[in-house]
Amino acid sequence: MQIAIASGKGGTGKTSLAVSLFLANADRSRLLDCDVEEPNCHLFLKTRFVSRSSVERRIPLLNPDLCKHCGKCVEACQFNALAEAGKAGILVFEELCHSCGGCSLVCPTGALQETPLKMGAITRALVAEKAELITGALAIGHTETPTLIRAVKKKQPDPEVEFTLIDAPPGTACAFATAVEHADFVLLVAEETPFGLHDLKLTLKALQKKGLPFAVILNRMRPGFSSVQEFCKEKNYPLWLQIPESRDIAGTYARGGTLLDAMPELQESLRLLLDKCAEELLCNRRN
Amino acid sequence: MQPEELVIISGKGGTGKTSITAALAECFPSKVLADCDVDAADLFLVLKVTETQIAEFQSGHVAEIDPEKCHHCGHCATLCRFEAIVSSKKGYEVDARACEGCKVCVNACPHHAIEWKEAFCGLWKESQTTQGTLFHASLYPGAENSGKLVSFVREKTRKKAVDEGIPLVLVDGPPGIGCPVIASVTGASIILVVTEPTPSGYHDLERVLVLAKHFQVPTYILINKADLETSYHKKMEDCAAKFGATVIGQLPYSPLFSKAQQKGQSVLTAFPTSPEAETLRSIAALLKQKMKMS
Repeated sequence: MQIAIASGKGGTGKTSLAVSLFLANADRSRLLDCDVEEPNCHLFLKTRFVSRSSVERRIPLLNPDLCKHCGKCVEACQFNALAEAGKAGILVFEELCHSCGGCSLVCPTGALQETPLKMGAITRALVAEKAELITGALAIGHTETPTLIRAVKKKQPDPEVEFTLIDAPPGTACAFATAVEHADFVLLVAEETPFGLHDLKLTLKALQKKGLPFAVILNRMRPGFSSVQEFCKEKNYPLWLQIPESRDIAGTYARGGTLLDAMPELQESLRLLLDKCAEELLCNRRN
Repeated sequence: MQPEELVIISGKGGTGKTSITAALAECFPSKVLADCDVDAADLFLVLKVTETQIAEFQSGHVAEIDPEKCHHCGHCATLCRFEAIVSSKKGYEVDARACEGCKVCVNACPHHAIEWKEAFCGLWKESQTTQGTLFHASLYPGAENSGKLVSFVREKTRKKAVDEGIPLVLVDGPPGIGCPVIASVTGASIILVVTEPTPSGYHDLERVLVLAKHFQVPTYILINKADLETSYHKKMEDCAAKFGATVIGQLPYSPLFSKAQQKGQSVLTAFPTSPEAETLRSIAALLKQKMKMS
């Protein structure tokens, strides 16, 4: 089953939880780092590099000898990526191009052929010689976050693994939506602050629109703060794990450690957490 | 006169961008604010806002197949590169969330069965706050085109500053390095990167500095939660130097930011005499110098 670890607000502890879940379940899970703008899971894992492949998109390349300056391509492009520039002919602005292929389709003379442009890379690595980490990294200056996330999710070579964990990007926009799409269950990492509550509510709206089942993992619990807990209680949302605010945990993380390093006693809970996701999935299917 | 445009970004999320933006806002007497983190906008939570204008934002278009006219030839599905045309028992349909708005299918349909409809991706808002005018937005959950909404909010903010002769535009940016970040940074005259001394913070700092360098805008770095792990400071300074940026200051790992949030205030209003507030004032003074503001 696919389990997405998502948050809305950035910095709530998504990556830390994803990596810890992965380590505690190394015998039965793989981890996809779909936070492709800032992929960080590998920083907290001892990995052995296996392979890397680049992900390309196609952009138009003008052959000036064939171009008759009819302007049909400029008219067809919805993203202002092509412009007529007098004697210079047609100019292509590759950073505005969405790679839809519309311009080549309408060109009557075949003057616009498509050429590949690298937009990111996907790296495969192994942790403890068995558990697989797949990381998508967007090339800097590129904007095709959802396309790259889709490519990472398609790279699934080993169907025997019981759990595929997805570290999703922050926010509630298309990147987040693409990462959680087709997930069987979503673990929402929230933090116990007013910003955390506000962004949790936004994320819940996005998930409920898709009808995805979820549970909340509450991070940074501290005396005097309870708005997220109260909200979950009032709405009857499942709260599966509560992690205290602690300088020790933050310090461990700063030194490259995981939540599991800071709180080894969580090992068993993190295994049970995935079992619980599987149970929920079974229950949902029965209903 | 062109206003200075200070854009605050971070790469990694949760480093304290919004709390720091709210605090810095109080150090500049005259400015227009923009919250460009349109899919998780939190700045309004610490500014006491009254919305004065709210409207839907048209982000582009989306294709829609008219089932009456569709001959089920599947030509549109073959051409679509965004997996937005799905076939079901009912025939072909457009998945509006996946539709990129490229119009390829509309132009190519031999039966003219695909309509081209306006698409809306969220709301934009103008609000009055304790710190002057704020332009912000809320993206519809899961929506595309957050970059366009960010550009729109940025443009509104800039226009207000130009029209009213306001010297500063202060922008709370989104995390990451993608589309909305690029839209936020476009037009910036100075960038402040808020980072933290953790493996993720450092890794993302490097990526965000490469992006900032691309824009050739003077870039400064504020290390938040600096006392968590001091071994990063040298590395961050070296990284900054490599990309022509400068570390401008440090803030400690402090509970005061969350406490101020809980009061719905910035740390400067909530704890005006704290060392954190003092540091933020001196960082604002340095930024003023860099922008040559009096």
